[in-house]
Amino acid sequence: MWDDVLQFIDPALQPEFIIGTVKAVVIAVGLLSVVPGLVWLERRLMGRFQVRLGPNRVGPLGLGQPFADSIKLLFKESIIQSSADKFLYHLAPAVVVFTAIVTFAVIPFGGSFTVFEQEIGLWGANVNSGILFVFAISGMGIYGMVLAGLASNNKYSLMGGLRSSAQMISYELALGLSALSVIVLTGSLNLIDLVESQKNLPYILVQPLAFLLFFVAGIAETNRAPFDLPEAEQELVAGFHTEYTGMKFAMFFMGEYVNMVTMSALVTLLFLGGWNTYGIPVWPIIAFSGKVFFLLCVFIWLRSTFPRLRYDRLMTFGWKVLLPLCLLNLLITAVIKVL
Amino acid sequence: MIQGAIAGVKNLLIGMGVTFKNMVTKPVTIQYPEVKRTMPERYRGRHFLNRDENGLERCVGCSLCSINCPVGCIHVVSAENTEENRVSPGERYAAVYEINLLRCIYCGYCEEACPVDAVVLREHYELADYDRDKYIATKEDLLVYPEPNQFRVNILGNTERTNK
Repeated sequence: MWDDVLQFIDPALQPEFIIGTVKAVVIAVGLLSVVPGLVWLERRLMGRFQVRLGPNRVGPLGLGQPFADSIKLLFKESIIQSSADKFLYHLAPAVVVFTAIVTFAVIPFGGSFTVFEQEIGLWGANVNSGILFVFAISGMGIYGMVLAGLASNNKYSLMGGLRSSAQMISYELALGLSALSVIVLTGSLNLIDLVESQKNLPYILVQPLAFLLFFVAGIAETNRAPFDLPEAEQELVAGFHTEYTGMKFAMFFMGEYVNMVTMSALVTLLFLGGWNTYGIPVWPIIAFSGKVFFLLCVFIWLRSTFPRLRYDRLMTFGWKVLLPLCLLNLLITAVIKVL
Repeated sequence: MIQGAIAGVKNLLIGMGVTFKNMVTKPVTIQYPEVKRTMPERYRGRHFLNRDENGLERCVGCSLCSINCPVGCIHVVSAENTEENRVSPGERYAAVYEINLLRCIYCGYCEEACPVDAVVLREHYELADYDRDKYIATKEDLLVYPEPNQFRVNILGNTERTNK
């Protein structure tokens, strides 16, 4: 089968094609298999934050719980109400998961190494404008939620979809602007260059305000508590995925958790120095995953601590607090850089 | 405004501190089927009938529990004690003593009404079953505890808890 495919490709590019394919498969499979672990981690940690145990019945430490849940979700009946727009209804979860995985393609999680005279980098693709790619594709993820809300033909879903689009557009500004102050310092949009320029000092020490703003906007961007307005249970049932069942419902969850990983990875790359170890004797990739893991725990910590914001407060906070602060920070950074 | 922001951030951090403290404290969960809670001493669970020091039934078949029961779930038929067949220390004894545990509201009035401290409500709360017929507790069910009485601590004077 490989020969049939490879005959269409320039022999000089064949190794790259094979490497690219392997990388794509590894990243996609790896990310999707991280999701059950993350669900388990979240439920266990949330339990501990609430002075209880969390799931511990299925398997050792409850590790079988996510598998039991996935099997349950796989075999659940898929219910579609007759008034739904069938095509968009099926398309929406796929869009969410697809954009979530594709975003991760440009995230580097280590340096490069050489195997069989081929330099292989620990990233899906080394794009010159990597961070722009991340923002662009994660912005596309909103379409999935809006389409889900629209296609469900349910007022709660529609409200959830609209809310998520409004929220994500508002917070994407703050996200981009706070990342921009780091980009101003580095002078490159390439994520690997960004990490390389933090060899001596992570940007969290140089740009603490930008880090804070980016992290807050990142939580809002991934629709996590306390900014999980699109799926506010009290007033919107479950927001844009109210009408979804079974595996399609699970796909929205997968998208959310993959986005969480991506956002943690992005914060690590931009502010925590990526895979730089700063003298601690560990492998770079361990350093990177450790930082991401820590940030994921912080995500869960925040979720179990803070109540959900009111919708108008959320918008006020995004536009009247985060955005001016980002602009101010960017202005000061730029002035210092120029001087 | 800046002061307000600082105060707000401080409050957020206090909140996060509370949850962090929760994380490092021991969970309060009791893993029920394996670990059973020690119930309070005056908990009103399932009924039992006491025996006295000589192993005789305390119940003298007076039916006061039945009369006092707000839902009428106790059925008592009394019979005379004879020299050959002495069941209780008094003149009479309960030949039939049945409690409908489904109808019972576990108010404990039977216990209060009993002049000889025969019927008591103990801390047994696992009363689920598949069959409604099994909820008619007869004398064999109620007299499962052998002599001397091992039921209650310091309430009736003559009882003591074994599984402390």
